[in-house]
Amino acid sequence: MRIYRAILPAMALIALPAMARESLPADPLQSPMWDYHGAKIFGDDKVVFDDRVKVILPVIAEDQHVVPVTVDARALEGVQRIVVFADLNPIPVAIDYRPLHAAPFVATRIKLDQRTPVRAAVQLADGTWHVAGGWIDAAGGGCSAPPVSRVRGDWADHLGEMRGAGWADSSGTRLRFGFRHPMDTGLVENIPAYNIETLQISDADGEELAAMTIYGSVAEDPAFTLEVEGKGGPVSIAARDTGGLEFSGRIAPASGSNPKP
Amino acid sequence: MIASRRHMIAATLAGGTLLPAIARGEIFASGYHPQASLIADGVWLVRGADEAIDFTNGGAIANAVLIATDTGTVLIDPGPSLAYGKALAALSRNVTGMDVARVYITHLHPDHSFGAGAFDPAIVHALPATRHDLESEGSGFSDAMYRMLADWMAGTHVAIPQGDVAPGEATFGGRSFEIYAMDGHSNGDLVILDKATGTLIGGDLLFHDRAPATPHADIARWLTALDRLEGIAHKLLVPGHGPPDSDGTSIAQTRDWLTWLHDSLHDAVLTGKDMTEAGAMAIPTRFADLKVARYELQRSVSHYYPKLEAQLLPRID
Repeated sequence: MRIYRAILPAMALIALPAMARESLPADPLQSPMWDYHGAKIFGDDKVVFDDRVKVILPVIAEDQHVVPVTVDARALEGVQRIVVFADLNPIPVAIDYRPLHAAPFVATRIKLDQRTPVRAAVQLADGTWHVAGGWIDAAGGGCSAPPVSRVRGDWADHLGEMRGAGWADSSGTRLRFGFRHPMDTGLVENIPAYNIETLQISDADGEELAAMTIYGSVAEDPAFTLEVEGKGGPVSIAARDTGGLEFSGRIAPASGSNPKP
Repeated sequence: MIASRRHMIAATLAGGTLLPAIARGEIFASGYHPQASLIADGVWLVRGADEAIDFTNGGAIANAVLIATDTGTVLIDPGPSLAYGKALAALSRNVTGMDVARVYITHLHPDHSFGAGAFDPAIVHALPATRHDLESEGSGFSDAMYRMLADWMAGTHVAIPQGDVAPGEATFGGRSFEIYAMDGHSNGDLVILDKATGTLIGGDLLFHDRAPATPHADIARWLTALDRLEGIAHKLLVPGHGPPDSDGTSIAQTRDWLTWLHDSLHDAVLTGKDMTEAGAMAIPTRFADLKVARYELQRSVSHYYPKLEAQLLPRID
């Protein structure tokens, strides 16, 4: 829900009567929740479906707690934001990514609570949202079963541990990193919501390269693949969770043990 | 909200994204028709579809084996559901002229084990590890099977094997078997050699012209088990999935795939691929004849990738 708070002020600036919302195109996936999420996420912004936004999903959600999603919008110019959401998830939005000095490319893993469309909405500089996605089948319980580390009982022993590496090439640096974190959804009995909620990537001079808002539907031990500009110095990663804990790490650009694929 | 909920239901029905109800009904109405083919003297193979578990095949994807003995049929792997187990019981009467008197379950997976409910629990035997894992994981499997297979699963419950199998020689109804307790595909992989015919039934330690599945696999232990299987004198191999094999191809294929999978996933993590890219990696042309290869590769990425990242990527905090 928090994403809506971020969007609402922007919507207020261009507030129009609710009746004016006629620009939301018909959903090719025929999702029962398209109109609902469309109004919440896009407000009155223009929305188009666009195959140049690649949303890559596996052929099967083998584990509904860890479903890989890759969004590649590098075919579009001027990408400001990438919002990944699953229409029928109890926590629909997974990430809201702002690739400031980074390629419009992001991979992560999300939880699914049932068969659902999974989409990426990519906002360009002119405010237009370019949307793509697909249905993926999934067993229930991705968001409503306790994470593995809660069952095992060792979540606190490793909280915030980070692993990762960087692979530099001519176009920049690919970063892959992850955190140990239960990413509790709040939908499991007696376990309140507890998740990493902000992520910032900065270069050696402290300039922000990319930022992300993260929600409880991202998988336990959240992992990300990003591609940032520059390959000169180390990259800093800073994250904060809903308990106010802060996590930070550093990736040297050529710390990956092999060339970038 | 009430109005929009009604909208949702209508949209879902109109979506056409599920198999239409009529088509599903027709598939289901045709029922299970398992066929037995004689592969050795007194040994029949009932082939599963070389596919993923799906409504269109009723989950009947694993091979089953019927072996005639003086006191009744030995059935190895009763299939995915109560109805399939019953169909195998009827098939046994047709081909051996006798009822099933002993059921062996090679390992815990539901495509092999869930038909056990069609038989007296006292005659259903498995390795202790298999019984233990079915006790803990059976109900989760059951949820997944009912979700995918719906009415095919009617009446199926998790039937826990009552008999423990121990490795060594076993004689049943005058027929002599050698029993091996292995692991690697799962925590307990039962292998049975029918001594009279040299038929070695490998369960899911062996896949033949069908990509191996790894949800509970330990690849290193699985490779060790394949070495053991290779050392057992036999005339015919029966894999858990795929056609029977008289020249060891299934051992070589399974070993080749697992070795490639292990090395490729390590390499993918070390070269910075994400899970999606690992699941999309090129599958070598020598595996072109393996069915459901892409599907099993992506499942294996899910089974192993986060663990490999935790093992191979350095700490950065």
